[in-house]
Amino acid sequence: MILVVISGLMLFAVFCFLIWFSLPVFLTETSLVFSLQWQPEQGHFGILAMVFGTLSLALISTSAAFVIALGLNSFCLLSRRRWLVVILRSLLKFMAAVPTVVYGLAALFLLLPLLRNGLQLGSGYSLFAAICMVILLILPVICVMLDNITTPLWQQYALGAQALGFSPEQTYMRVILPHCKVNICGAALLGFNRAIGDTMLPLMLAGNATQLPSGVFDAMRSLTAHIALVIATDQGSEVYNSLFAAGMILLMSSACICLLSRSLVGRN
Amino acid sequence: MMWKTCSVRLMAIFTLLISSPLIADELSAFDKMSGQLNIAGGTAHIPVMKKAARNIMGHNPNIRITIAGGGSGVGVQQVANGLVDIGNTGRALKNKEMNLGLNSFAFAIDGVAVIIHPENPVNDLSQQQIIAIYQGKITNWQEVGGHDRQIHLFSRDEASGTRSVFSKKLLKGAPLAGNANIVPSNGAMKTAVSQDVAAIGYSSVGYIDEMVKAPTYNQIKPSQEACASGEYPVVRRLYMNTKGAPNGLTQAFIDYIYSKQGAQLIQASGYIALDAKP
Repeated sequence: MILVVISGLMLFAVFCFLIWFSLPVFLTETSLVFSLQWQPEQGHFGILAMVFGTLSLALISTSAAFVIALGLNSFCLLSRRRWLVVILRSLLKFMAAVPTVVYGLAALFLLLPLLRNGLQLGSGYSLFAAICMVILLILPVICVMLDNITTPLWQQYALGAQALGFSPEQTYMRVILPHCKVNICGAALLGFNRAIGDTMLPLMLAGNATQLPSGVFDAMRSLTAHIALVIATDQGSEVYNSLFAAGMILLMSSACICLLSRSLVGRN
Repeated sequence: MMWKTCSVRLMAIFTLLISSPLIADELSAFDKMSGQLNIAGGTAHIPVMKKAARNIMGHNPNIRITIAGGGSGVGVQQVANGLVDIGNTGRALKNKEMNLGLNSFAFAIDGVAVIIHPENPVNDLSQQQIIAIYQGKITNWQEVGGHDRQIHLFSRDEASGTRSVFSKKLLKGAPLAGNANIVPSNGAMKTAVSQDVAAIGYSSVGYIDEMVKAPTYNQIKPSQEACASGEYPVVRRLYMNTKGAPNGLTQAFIDYIYSKQGAQLIQASGYIALDAKP
C-alpha cells in the first residue's frame, strides 16, 4: 500500500517537474518550439520535425510489426509442425531479451552498408533503417502478448468450432480474432509505446538530421534521440530547454497510450 | 580505431620509458602532497587529463584525481560553484564568466578540419565550397572536382565544441542544411566518413589518420604544424580554469601540464602544446 502511494507520488512528481520546466519554453514566444526549423546557431529551436519523425517511425514500424505478429501467431496456433512452433516461441522470447544497442550495432555494420553500397540509397542512415530494427524490437512484445491471449481461447474453442464444421483457419479468423480484438489492440498499443520510447536505434541508425523526412529513405531525428544528443549542452540555453518540451511530449503521449490500452484491456 | 588508441598508448609508454630520468624531476613536485583533485568539463581535454592523472597517481598513490566530462558549460558552472578544482573549456571564457573570478590557462591548440573518404579524388576545398556544401547548395561531388556522386553530409551534435568552432570559424555562421546526418562524437564521425565514399564530415585534427583523408583547405594542409603556426585558421584553444589563483595540488597539476612531459602527453593526444603565460 505504502509502496503504491510512493510510486504514485513519484510519477506525479515527474509530471510536475516536467510541466514546471517546460512551461516557460512553451510560453515564451522567442524560442518558437513548435516550428519546423531547428538551426540553433541561427536561433531557430523548432522540434516539430522531431515530433513528426517519432510519429512516422512508430506508426510505420508498429503497423508492420503488427501484421507480422498476427501471421506468426496464426502459425503458432495452426501449424502441424509443433517442433517449429516450439523453436519459434523460444526464439521470440529470446528476442525480447536482446538489448537494443546490439540490434543497432548489427544494423550499423550489416544493414547500412547494404543500403549505401548495395542499393545506392544515400548514406544509409535513414528512417527505413530505424524502422527495420524497431520492428525487430517490438515484434516479440506484440507476439508474446498475442500468444498469451489467443492460446487459451484456442484450447477453449477449437474443438467446438471443429464440431460445427469450421476449418482451423476459419476458427482463427472467425472465432478467435473477433473474440479478443480489444486485447489485440492493446498489444499493438504497447508495441507502439515501445517504438515511440526507444532511443538507441533511431540515434544510431536514423541519421539524426533535423529535417522533415520526405520519404522512408531520408534521414530524420526522433524526439528521444534529440534528448540524447542535446542533454550535454549548456544548462539554461534555449537548446537545452527544448529538452523539456521534447520530454513533455514523450511523457504525455506514453501516458495517453498507457491509459488507453489499460482501459481497453480492462473493459474486456 | 582500436589499433590507433593502442598504438598511441604504446607510444606514450615508450616515451615514458626513454624519458624516465626526466619524469622523476617533473613528478617530484608531487612527492609530499596528498589529497583529492577534481576535474570536469570539456570532453576534448579528457585524453590529456587522463594521461597526466595516471602518471601523477602512479607516482604518488596519496593523490586522487577524478576526471569528469560534461562539456564546456558544465566545466565553467562547476568550477565557479566550487564543485571542482579545475573546470575545462574548449573556448575562451565569456565576459560574464570572467566576472565570477575565474583564471584561465590555455594549454593546447586543437584544429578542426574537413574529412572525406580516402578514395575520394577531391584534394582541395575552398572555404566557399565548404560553406556551399554544408548549406546544401552544392549537392554533387562533381561540382567540386570529384566523381558524379551525391554528397552525404555529416555534422556533430549541438553540444559539440568541434561543431561550434566549425560553425563559427569555417562556416562563418552560415546555416547548416537540414539533411545533414548528426553523429555524437569525433570517433563516430571518423567511422561514418571512413565507411562512406560520398561522405563529408569534420573532426578534430588529432583524429585524422589513414582511415580518412583531409583535403587541403584554401591550399593549406590542416596539420598540427599549420595549426601551431597560425597558418591554418580553424583552430581553438583548450583551457583549464580555476576559481581565483590556483594553489597546492591544483597549481602543481597545472605546472605539470605545462612541463616538458605534459607537452608530450598533449602531443600524444593529438593536440599542440602551448607554453605557460609569462
